[in-house]
Amino acid sequence: MYILDTIAAIATPLGAGGIGIVRVSGPDSESIGKLIFSGSKKIIGGGFESHRLFYGRFFHPSDGFLIDEGMLVLMRAPRSYTREDVLELHCHGGYLIVSKLLDACVAAGARLAEPGEFTRRAFLNGRIDLAQAESISDIISSSTDRSLALAQSQREGHLSRSLAELRSPLIDALALVEAYIDFPEDEVDPLVIGAVLDRIAAVRSSLQKLLDTFTTAKVLREGVSVLLLGRPNAGKSSLLNALTGTERAIVSHLPGTTRDLIEETVSLYGLPVKIIDAAGIRSHHFDSVEQEGVRRALDKVGSADLILLLIDGSKPVLNEDLELASNLGKTPYLLVLTKSDLPHMVDTAKFENAIGICPVSAKQAVGINDLTMFIYDYFVSSSVVSSDGVALVSTVRHRDILLRAFSSLERFSYNQLINSPPELLSLDLREALSALGEITGETTADELLDLIFSSFCIGK
Amino acid sequence: MHCYETKYDVIVVGAGHAGCEAALAPARMGCLTLLLNMSLDGMAVMSCNPSIGGLAKGHLVREIDALGGEMAKNIDATGIQFRVLNTRKGPAVRAGRAQADKQLYRLRMKYVLEHQDNLHVKQGEVTALYMQGDELMGVDTRSGIRFIGRTVILTTGTFMRGLIHIGLINYPGGRAGDLPSAGLSDDLRGLGFDVGRLKTGTPARLDGRTIDFSRLEAQYSDDNPVPFSFSTKRITMPQIPCYIAYTNSKTHEIIRSGLDRSPLYSGVIEGIGPRYCPSIEDKIVRFPEKERHQTFIEPEGLETVEYYPSGMSSSLPIDIQIAFYRSMEGLEKVEMMRPAYGIEYDYVNPIQLHATLETKLIKNLFHAGQINGTSGYEEAAGQGLLAGINAALRVKGKEPVRFARHESYIGVMVDDLVTLGVKEPYRMFTSRAEHRLLLREDNADIRLRDLGYRLGLVDEDTYSDFCNKKDEINKELERIKVTRIGLTPVEKEWCSHHDCKDIQKGTTLDQILRRPEIGYDQLQEIDQISKELTKEVREQVEIQIKYQGYISRQMEQIERMRKQEEVRIPEEFDYNNIPGLTLEVQEKLKRYKPDTLGQAARIEGITPAAVAIVAVMLKSRGEQKVES
Repeated sequence: MYILDTIAAIATPLGAGGIGIVRVSGPDSESIGKLIFSGSKKIIGGGFESHRLFYGRFFHPSDGFLIDEGMLVLMRAPRSYTREDVLELHCHGGYLIVSKLLDACVAAGARLAEPGEFTRRAFLNGRIDLAQAESISDIISSSTDRSLALAQSQREGHLSRSLAELRSPLIDALALVEAYIDFPEDEVDPLVIGAVLDRIAAVRSSLQKLLDTFTTAKVLREGVSVLLLGRPNAGKSSLLNALTGTERAIVSHLPGTTRDLIEETVSLYGLPVKIIDAAGIRSHHFDSVEQEGVRRALDKVGSADLILLLIDGSKPVLNEDLELASNLGKTPYLLVLTKSDLPHMVDTAKFENAIGICPVSAKQAVGINDLTMFIYDYFVSSSVVSSDGVALVSTVRHRDILLRAFSSLERFSYNQLINSPPELLSLDLREALSALGEITGETTADELLDLIFSSFCIGK
Repeated sequence: MHCYETKYDVIVVGAGHAGCEAALAPARMGCLTLLLNMSLDGMAVMSCNPSIGGLAKGHLVREIDALGGEMAKNIDATGIQFRVLNTRKGPAVRAGRAQADKQLYRLRMKYVLEHQDNLHVKQGEVTALYMQGDELMGVDTRSGIRFIGRTVILTTGTFMRGLIHIGLINYPGGRAGDLPSAGLSDDLRGLGFDVGRLKTGTPARLDGRTIDFSRLEAQYSDDNPVPFSFSTKRITMPQIPCYIAYTNSKTHEIIRSGLDRSPLYSGVIEGIGPRYCPSIEDKIVRFPEKERHQTFIEPEGLETVEYYPSGMSSSLPIDIQIAFYRSMEGLEKVEMMRPAYGIEYDYVNPIQLHATLETKLIKNLFHAGQINGTSGYEEAAGQGLLAGINAALRVKGKEPVRFARHESYIGVMVDDLVTLGVKEPYRMFTSRAEHRLLLREDNADIRLRDLGYRLGLVDEDTYSDFCNKKDEINKELERIKVTRIGLTPVEKEWCSHHDCKDIQKGTTLDQILRRPEIGYDQLQEIDQISKELTKEVREQVEIQIKYQGYISRQMEQIERMRKQEEVRIPEEFDYNNIPGLTLEVQEKLKRYKPDTLGQAARIEGITPAAVAIVAVMLKSRGEQKVES
């Protein structure tokens, strides 16, 4: 039904898959491809050859940020799924890379597709035959991000509840503007500019707060920090080296080799993770330099997003380890049992607060993948699912919607500042409401009139 | 039943504001048309307020004019006070309003109807549709004449089972002084129509000789009255003022003391009244904190002493009415000439109509005006015109006309009616039009004149004037895009005079015109050519330039939705057993029977996914049919 613009969506299930695909359909597909892709192969006649894979890199068009390397294929109309020009961008899997790539497409001029919109276009352009049409309704009804399932719906509930709260001042403001427009002969007080502005400003700042919760905005920009803790020689430095793939930390069998904090940032499936390797924690400190390192490490406990508590798996648990675990306060910790190549001696039941247990052997690179996957999942899904019931914005679609509402309100304030006529103010408010309506449900003309008639004594 | 020998193409039942347009349009399109009214003295009567236009309503009047209707010309010829409302707001929400000399308005329209070729005007009360099986053949009247017609348009106003309320007294009437129409709504109900009940009301008429106008504030016509019709050059009627009066705490006290005898509050009235046009008792009950209410005391004509106090409709008993009108300053000695009253009447739920205003139940039958649950002369006239056009097109075997929501207020209104139905009397508001910035009074001709001409409703001279204007506008738009400012000393001086010193050399005139502080009035000081443009061209160009960003945003939205809007759902489409549609959605679609996917999407509770599923099923069933 939306045929003149270009749409984009993530085509692969969300989560850490091997490959992620972003699909773009519409007349601007090719130009979007050119904007965000830089390939090694020459492009024929200024355009991509149809139905051919190109290898290259994806960049964000607004800041030139390198997103990933990958492949691009353009399928020119009508030989495509939708019978429009379709662009597919193949990158590494993982929620963040793929969303970033989608973000790039949107920045390059695409609009986020609605659920089922590719199929709808395929149908409207006569691409889908009878047999496919028979089963299509299932596809459409299930295409709303099934992979996010329950967490998604809960989150959406929180989000739409907090948006509903923002909606009512907007409708109030709109009713005021509309009554002022539509009943010039009645005694509707002229706009109380200050009051409306204040309420809209409050909505804007709430929107801003919601936008700030957006995973990629926060996590991608700031990354997360992971603190490695454990008794001396528990294998922290070996693990750090395994995670970073460099001989950054000095590894020796002598306990206490690491005396200072070592920070290293690695990318786990696109998620920037700052790993902090701290000095080994012992109850008895002989070395003042080491003591200083320990103090710093403990300082870091509160500010870390996640602690990897390393325990030598080949030795029985010491009270020191348990004491350490109980001193971590609210910071979540993952129990990492090192030296998993040796016989297992740890009674893990004693670490009942651990968010998980990961056996690794840094030396033989066993379990490292599971560990990184765990860390990635922990951050991505914990930002997706809010534990304390606070609304969070975590999908690009929601973020896009809120951004639109936000910019409409910015325009509203600007228009009010320059004394634009009320019908323009109304349009801005309506656009903001209609954006929010994509999550909360539309505002109907009747709802608005209800409010006008109940708040103003109007009519002749 | 005597069968009348002449066979008509179109029969219009009722000669109110809907019926007049509904009869004139097909007659002008060459169809033999019959207009029946219960009394030939009661055609084009302004039963309530003596005025035409106002916000959104003025827009409708202009659209009617662009399409070759009569309402605008009629008010231009008989209006006694013209004002443009909302002049301090933007052009999209400016609208004309004119008070009419009621009798002159009615008489001029009667004259036009009587002198229209192809139109027969006859007195008669229609009591039933004449059906043969499922086929509509014509109408039967109380006096025993049967008229044969290929199409019938019902515009019954408040007359079907009209019941007048004054206090706890009530009696049947079509409006005060007229008989109701009995029988027709029972007939419609028997045919399967969903007949409901609505309520409206009108204030008393006051004797101007007993009003102390010196104590009221006068409100005058605009100095240069702006006509409604694009064809009217000048308003020639004398212009007279109306007056503003206020209720006070005593008025409110009197009204409260009569509430126990109010048919509205004692439950006698079942019909639902309009919230936007509340009776005075309604206002006082719902807004007890308000200390006074304003009323415009409007003259009903040049030669009459009757005055209409707007916003003061009531169905309270007579003694209370007299007392509360007299409690107002300036009205202490007022004599009431006609009492205020409420009226209940039958209407037919408009979801039983196509967007052409043809009923879904009976082919060739059209409904327009209050029968569809609307209120207001302009709403009625707009529908009458559309029904008349489509009846004529049916007779000629041509495709019907439908108006999209982004093309006209008529389109918004009809779409609202037929997709959402009516629960209270429907009035047009600009806030109902999501593409309000495109649907302005000033561009009604640009939007609709071509269509009016193609339909044969706009004459050659009018059309060629219009084409010239359109050319001028396009030429000017082109010119200001390529004309650049050279920033001569004079122009520099002009820039600093108008607070826009930041204008650079080489800036185009359209960029300059886009600035809020600059209009043609300013631009002509340095641009000779703009002085020579007509007022209409300057107005159009200026509005288009100033609104441009917003207009293009609205156009984008429209383009996005267009495809969905245009996908038609066949009448016999079966919503049963469609996988993925919930039972609730199926029921809703079966009840509303939308004509297009666009309509389906606007029905409350129909999700985009449901619309997509219907789209897919439509397509697949369409292909099946072709194959078999």
